Amino acid sequence: MLELIVISTLNGVLFGMLLFLLSSGLTVIFSMMGVLNFAHASFYMLGAFFGFQLTKWIGFWPALVLAPLLVGAIGMAVERYGLRNTHKHGHVAELLLTFGLAFAIEEIVSMIWGKSPLDYRVPALLDFPAFTIFSTNYPAYKIFMLAVSVIIFVALLIVLKRTRVGLVVQAALTHPHMVGHLGHNVGRVFMAVFGVGSALAALAGVIAGPALVTQSDMAASLGPILFVVIVFGGLGSLPGAFIASLVIGLVQTFAVALDGSLASAFGPLDPSAGPSVLTDVWNVTIAQVAPIVPYLLLVIILIVRPMGLMGTRES
Amino acid sequence: MRKLTLAIAVIAPMLGHAASAEDALKIGYIDPLSGGGASVGEGGLKTFQYLADELNAKGGILGHKIEIVPLDNKTNPQESLVQAQKAIDAGVHYITQGNGSSVGAALSDFVTKNNSRNPGKEVLYFNYAAVDPSLTNEKCSYWHFRWDASSDIKMEALTNYMKDTASIKKVYLINQDYSFGQSVRTDARKMLGAKRPDIQIVGDELHPLLKVTDFSPYIAKIKASGADSVVTGNWGQDFALLLKAAADAGLKVNWYTYYAGGAGGPTAVKQTGLDHQVFQITEGFANSGNKAAMDYEKAFRAKVNLSLWYPRAVNEMRMFKAAAEKANSIDPVKVAAALEDLKFEVLDGGQGVMRKDDHQFLQPIYISSFGKLTESEPFDEESTGWGWHLVSKIDTPQAMVSTTCKMVRP
Repeated sequence: MLELIVISTLNGVLFGMLLFLLSSGLTVIFSMMGVLNFAHASFYMLGAFFGFQLTKWIGFWPALVLAPLLVGAIGMAVERYGLRNTHKHGHVAELLLTFGLAFAIEEIVSMIWGKSPLDYRVPALLDFPAFTIFSTNYPAYKIFMLAVSVIIFVALLIVLKRTRVGLVVQAALTHPHMVGHLGHNVGRVFMAVFGVGSALAALAGVIAGPALVTQSDMAASLGPILFVVIVFGGLGSLPGAFIASLVIGLVQTFAVALDGSLASAFGPLDPSAGPSVLTDVWNVTIAQVAPIVPYLLLVIILIVRPMGLMGTRES
Repeated sequence: MRKLTLAIAVIAPMLGHAASAEDALKIGYIDPLSGGGASVGEGGLKTFQYLADELNAKGGILGHKIEIVPLDNKTNPQESLVQAQKAIDAGVHYITQGNGSSVGAALSDFVTKNNSRNPGKEVLYFNYAAVDPSLTNEKCSYWHFRWDASSDIKMEALTNYMKDTASIKKVYLINQDYSFGQSVRTDARKMLGAKRPDIQIVGDELHPLLKVTDFSPYIAKIKASGADSVVTGNWGQDFALLLKAAADAGLKVNWYTYYAGGAGGPTAVKQTGLDHQVFQITEGFANSGNKAAMDYEKAFRAKVNLSLWYPRAVNEMRMFKAAAEKANSIDPVKVAAALEDLKFEVLDGGQGVMRKDDHQFLQPIYISSFGKLTESEPFDEESTGWGWHLVSKIDTPQAMVSTTCKMVRP
């Protein structure tokens, strides 16, 4: 049992940190521009595909740097030539732009790389078990993923809280006009933030690609859970996104590990023993409902605390 | 005059098109070509296209060229019905599908309704891989024919083998959460319980179909249970990723599977380093030892660059031809009648028969294990250097279970 708990905790934290890499960009973009970027998960997918292609051409390590830079540049272009132009037509137009972009990226990716999963392998340098606990190997690549996520988290925190750049960004979040009057180019700040957010998503894609599956529906399957994370954590709150990512990562992993069903909670008074149309419902295990647990959390948090865990406004 | 010329110019190609369309025998291939099932679906498509080319080179079926029409159903029953309707509207009278018994059940039902509503425009459903037993039992249909052994036949054979393996003490079941996965788990529980009551079932897992991208939480659970063997009906990426996670965690157990040989499977098994500890049950495999089948495998690999994962598709298309020739017609109603009780020499050797009672094809099946090859086994899988090795052959009379089907005949 202890073994299961330790391994599940490791897996849960890892998945949570990956979610954080993605949601941090999304949540900062939201609080700056008031736009939910539907294409955010698509940047994650682009990162994975660019990572795969560049790995083939020039190796994994250069790809780890280059792919996020490329996607970051695409993100900046989207902000500069897309969002900035639609901004004057209001939020709905911006929302629709990112929505359409998500579909376009998915189609383009499947046109270029096909619809089947790609053979994106873990680099040979990291393809060994890092350590063994209770006779279970823990792959070195997963430790690497964890390390990258933690480094990015710390770097992001330092930049936002301790540097002048962070100061301007934070000020632009809440008082863009004031920042503009003080002589800063708010437009450029927005563009840079959008670019960095996209690059972070792409970085998550590059490192998650070999560990998970790299295929053209990966954005669509991850997108919804990102929205759960940022709503759960509170729209626009970085610490909120961090906590929410970890909570959802752990909850999903542990839900799989648990075997209890509604029926077993009643012990000897097991209601499923009696004839009932509900027998199936009583006997569904927590593991079986694991995929919907995050969405249940979303509904509960919206009822109990609509602004999210660390959110400040109710929008 | 100019108008007339223009009209002819527009209409003439259409007429030509209509004429050739009537001539071709179209088979609608409804399977996933995108999403989690895409790797499997694309392999199947290439197989059917190869078979069509092969038949066409010898004059097709009764002079009709065969044309495979690929339709992407995204492993979704609802989408499959849309695609089936599209196919029927385009003049298709034969559809074939394999991946996903939930899809199979929807299509069987759809075809049955279509045929009762549109007499004279019947459609046959050739099922090459959806193995949920209900399709040839309580939900059986006259218009549905299945070439793969149903899940309970496979489990019967698999448990007969496991019964004699004394080292099996603790078994873990992990399956996909839909009709087929559920039937694997109930059959495994029932049959293991009857044949080896001393075996302990230490885990019984159902996970979402083709949605899980990281199986490590499940592997951690298997490890914690202390199981020595795992039984799984997983296919496609659900198998490849399951074994990939097992390799990462260093899980050492015996795997009793239905579909370890599917796309990505052999690569993942090689990663686990489990030499001849992963078993699968199929109607044929590359190193079966049958000369004709091995020659066929060689030719297939040379052209398609894949291993022949669907010997049953070969049986399906060849039997389709035999039935059409027996009926001397490509009319679906006559072909269906000719298929019933049709005896047929299968690709890997031995006689099979399309049972009239439920339209289940009965055939010899094989248990094989994956690992290092011997001199007489020339074929490896996915360039791993490892391949399938014969463990046990089960002849047709031993590879059948009774049916409860009450066939409604037209």
